[in-house]
Amino acid sequence: MNIFKKTIISVLASLFITTSVYADKIKIGTEGAYPPWNSKDASGKLIGFEVELAWTLCRYIGKQCEIVEQDWDGMIPALLMRKFDAIMAGMSITDERLKTINFSQGYADEVAQLAVMKGSDLEGMDTPSGINLSIGGSSVKKALKTIEGALAGKTVCVQTATIHQNFLDSGDVGSVNVRTYKTQDEVNLDLAAGRCDVALAAAVAFTDYADKSGKPVVLVGPTFSGGAFGNGVGVGIRKGGSGAIGERDAQLLKDFNMAINKARKNGDISRIATKWFGFDASM
Amino acid sequence: MDLELMINSFPKLLNATVVTLKLLSLSLLFGLFIGLLFAIMRMNNNFIINKFAYGYSYLFRGTPLLVQIFIIYFGFGQIEFIRSSFLWVVLKEPYWCAIIAFALNTGAYTSEILRSAFQTIKKGYVEAGKSLGISSKIIFYKIQIPIAIRQSLPAYGNEIILMLKGTSLASTVTLMDLTGVAKYIISTTFKPIEVFIVAGSIYLFMTFLIHNFIKFLERKYNY
Repeated sequence: MNIFKKTIISVLASLFITTSVYADKIKIGTEGAYPPWNSKDASGKLIGFEVELAWTLCRYIGKQCEIVEQDWDGMIPALLMRKFDAIMAGMSITDERLKTINFSQGYADEVAQLAVMKGSDLEGMDTPSGINLSIGGSSVKKALKTIEGALAGKTVCVQTATIHQNFLDSGDVGSVNVRTYKTQDEVNLDLAAGRCDVALAAAVAFTDYADKSGKPVVLVGPTFSGGAFGNGVGVGIRKGGSGAIGERDAQLLKDFNMAINKARKNGDISRIATKWFGFDASM
Repeated sequence: MDLELMINSFPKLLNATVVTLKLLSLSLLFGLFIGLLFAIMRMNNNFIINKFAYGYSYLFRGTPLLVQIFIIYFGFGQIEFIRSSFLWVVLKEPYWCAIIAFALNTGAYTSEILRSAFQTIKKGYVEAGKSLGISSKIIFYKIQIPIAIRQSLPAYGNEIILMLKGTSLASTVTLMDLTGVAKYIISTTFKPIEVFIVAGSIYLFMTFLIHNFIKFLERKYNY
């Protein structure tokens, strides 16, 4: 065998070997475009609440970790195709997602709220400060009716494939003119530009944008939880199948639940949440 | 493979194809006018007119379509001056932003296709017309344009197909075209392969129709 062939074979072999050498490394997928949950700094390094929390959880699990970036709308397919082993991307635990993947226990609460530009006629909407769709009741029904009236004829913008889009599509607030964007950044841009009359996302995503851009974005209406909004944000993990790979996924779920327990008990989640959100969003 | 999902998503995707076809036909219509105008400008002997047309085609052929859409949609939306002007009535709508970007893009390519077609017309045809005493205006409309269109058919057919695929970028500015709806279905089912196979087949079928239509025209206007 000549040297040329040898080189080619060793290069090809190394391509396959690298994946198996690091097989025990936990790969965590995040979006890197949903500040303050996860985003990137000026140098392109991933930062944010979940990035810092991921490193902490990995320390408790005692394994090496790698955090990789993935567009939001391909997050769950990428997990299923084993591009990474876990999702930490501000992903709320919902029944719809639970049909496809598993979630660890929740580590933080995502509070969703509507946002408008200052001067909008939606300001001063008369609703309770927060509604829980799972609990329901007459006050929730009344609030939803108020929101339905306020949103009628308005263009409501959301990031695609989010709980916010699911809520608007659910019919709870009637038939809404929804416009979907690939990233929350684009939603913010079009809200400020006036193409969106109103937007729906995590409240912190709007306040973070308002702080950084200086644009007069204001939150209106109640904070939403329960129902289509799910039950907190957790680590998304593949459902354990049969065989060694399936067992590894099942073990990973146990590991993350254990690590979250420890991190909660030691106050790590509260501390990191307060650092990034300005308040304790841990759960 | 989830066959049921493929069958269920088909009617939704077919509905979205209407949006794709609307985008395509309007862009091509405006693009053809722009292309013809700039092809004529390219053949003008005036230095400024000539270089302006060259600069336009250079700019739009030299930058990605995605970048052009983003500049027109997100870029212009950031400029206060544009937002407070009459332009905003049009630029506020993602639909028109996409059509403007597509038309300007395909216009640049079309101008090059038409220019080269005009330049391949044999001098003898024009001279024959002149020697018969036909005015140069009529020579242009009755001799040069028809020959140029026939000459440019194969290249323009390619451009239509490229533009059809280019319209998939409309989904990046919130439009629910074929690709946009495919992505929406994927976002709720998490099954990209099945949905993209159906969407891809619809694109393929449209390309098939366009290809054969152009072939038919080529045969019809063969001489």
